[in-house]
Amino acid sequence: MTETTDIARSGIQIRNLYKIFGPHPERYIDAVKKGMTKEELNDRHNHVLGLQNISLDLEPGQISVIMGLSGSGKSTLIRHINGLIAPTAGEILYEGQDVVSMSAEQLREFRRTKTAMVFQKFALLPHRTVLENTCYGLDIRGVPRTESEPIARKWIDRVGLSGFEDNYPAQLSGGMQQRVGLARALANDADILLMDEAFSALDPLIRMDMQKVLLDLQDELHKTIIFITHDLDEALRLGDSIAILRDGALEQVGSGQDIVLRPANDYIAEFVREVNRGRVIHADRLARPMAEGETPPELRVEGRKVLELVAREMTAAGAQSAQVVDRKGTPIGVIDTAAIMAAMVTPATVSSS
Amino acid sequence: MASCWGLPELLCEFPSLSNGTLRGMRKSIDTGFRDLVRTYSDAIDAATAPLQIFLNTLEDIFTEAPWVVILLLLLAIVWAGSRKWQTMVGTTIAMGLIGVFGLWEDTMITLAMVTVATLVAILIGLPLGILMARSDRFQAFLTPVLDVMQTLPSFVYLIPVVVIFGIGKVPGLIAVVIYAVPPMIRLTNLGIRLVDREVIEAADAFGANPRQKLWGVQLPLSLPTIMTGVNQTIMMSLSMVVVASMVGVGGLGKNVLQAITNQYFTVGFLNGFALVAIAIIFDRTSQAFGKRLQKHQGVGHD
Repeated sequence: MTETTDIARSGIQIRNLYKIFGPHPERYIDAVKKGMTKEELNDRHNHVLGLQNISLDLEPGQISVIMGLSGSGKSTLIRHINGLIAPTAGEILYEGQDVVSMSAEQLREFRRTKTAMVFQKFALLPHRTVLENTCYGLDIRGVPRTESEPIARKWIDRVGLSGFEDNYPAQLSGGMQQRVGLARALANDADILLMDEAFSALDPLIRMDMQKVLLDLQDELHKTIIFITHDLDEALRLGDSIAILRDGALEQVGSGQDIVLRPANDYIAEFVREVNRGRVIHADRLARPMAEGETPPELRVEGRKVLELVAREMTAAGAQSAQVVDRKGTPIGVIDTAAIMAAMVTPATVSSS
Repeated sequence: MASCWGLPELLCEFPSLSNGTLRGMRKSIDTGFRDLVRTYSDAIDAATAPLQIFLNTLEDIFTEAPWVVILLLLLAIVWAGSRKWQTMVGTTIAMGLIGVFGLWEDTMITLAMVTVATLVAILIGLPLGILMARSDRFQAFLTPVLDVMQTLPSFVYLIPVVVIFGIGKVPGLIAVVIYAVPPMIRLTNLGIRLVDREVIEAADAFGANPRQKLWGVQLPLSLPTIMTGVNQTIMMSLSMVVVASMVGVGGLGKNVLQAITNQYFTVGFLNGFALVAIAIIFDRTSQAFGKRLQKHQGVGHD
């Protein structure tokens, strides 16, 4: 797989996206744009407001997590990106092209070459073997098996399923089935990877396992990944950026740290209260500049490490304070155990900004 | 005469059309229909000619080939479908008994009829079932038609069939197909509609076009249900050959019909059992085949 340069790549821009479910969405779109509430639309007109005014930039080569509870519209949103659901209003731009206005033929071509999708309930083809499932996207494109099979075998091996090529999905466990789902998506060699609650149906341990598989793969591949989840821990672990969706509207967009440290409103503050902050906040966030004439502590810790790891290193070294350095080893500042403790136990409050 | 319980005449005796009107109506419809058929009789004959040729050829092959060849062919089909030695043994015994009781040739005629009827039913039923699965509107239109086809007493539609096509094998065949095709259509429709929505969505997400979805996902996944339809079609055509013998279809059905009219108890039962034997052979074979199609859903952990 060749690595594309980030400069030339386009992310996905979602602009003013609305989705109304019901028999006559076009009748109410203007009213909704002017501020009709979800409740009013539902009670008076029997239409459901799925998404309201979503504008979101999904960066190329990053994992963008869209998080929300069930019914928040996250699965609806991800299906707009590859046109499985058409919006009532708005546009979705990729490489300057609007997915919404594509013809059926263009849309098929877009799905075949630019996107691949992983599903919550795996959605494997039960009558095809693991190998044949992995070949599916390439089959659809008309790639001959002589070419697609080596590609499929490579990805089956990469997700750790070597030896299971000739098994049928029903013979595999849930975790293994989702590995097939991942291999099937990766074999397509598409820039955009859409993952709809891909790990939600898996047991916690297997889920952690799959998260690691995904992060390892992303280190190599730098795909534009859109990951849907209802699990905040998963969102914080995977997401380069996180968008929180509630009742079809965006509540906050930012990095995991931003959301935990500066929740935009009470809803999000409530949400992040139980988070293990030691695993989210990075040391460089807490580093205070060194005072004039202060001697730097002996111990050096990397600024991009999370507090939990830094605390572990400091405890092991028996140090009360440490010098925080960036990737290149340049000192940024000083961190001490009191600051770490305070950051880890203080619940977040709504930012005043 | 109803006693009317003191009710006025109109609410007591159902106000039906007068006998004269009814007679006039019947006459004009019947003659009109007959004239119409007479006008197009050449076209109708031409349209049914291929069926006639196909049916005659198959019948000739079945009846003229040595019984050993036919038996081996049948056993080969049974093996290909069921892969069970029990079914093979059962088939051999059943066919042996049919031969011993002198019903071999009649059985072959019936077999040819059922084979052609099943093939025609699949040829008509499969595409209609697919269309029905794709369009809710077409389903809404076809469902009552199928209901009528399945509940209308088969003797009733034998009448127009005879008026249009006359007496003979082909009209019999058409009557059998009309009777046997609804389960094929219904179960094809059902099978396709029951395919997991998520799998269809996955096919969509990978950019499958409608043709790729149909042949690559919908048909393979609904094949077990479709095979049940084929099984039902075979069973129904076997039971219909007896009725169809009233319009000139030969074979076991004709013997049964004669046995009924002459009260030949033994002949009736022997021919009846021969039909049952064929029915069981085909049923077990096609069902086992349908089950084998689901091997991918076999045991595993979940």
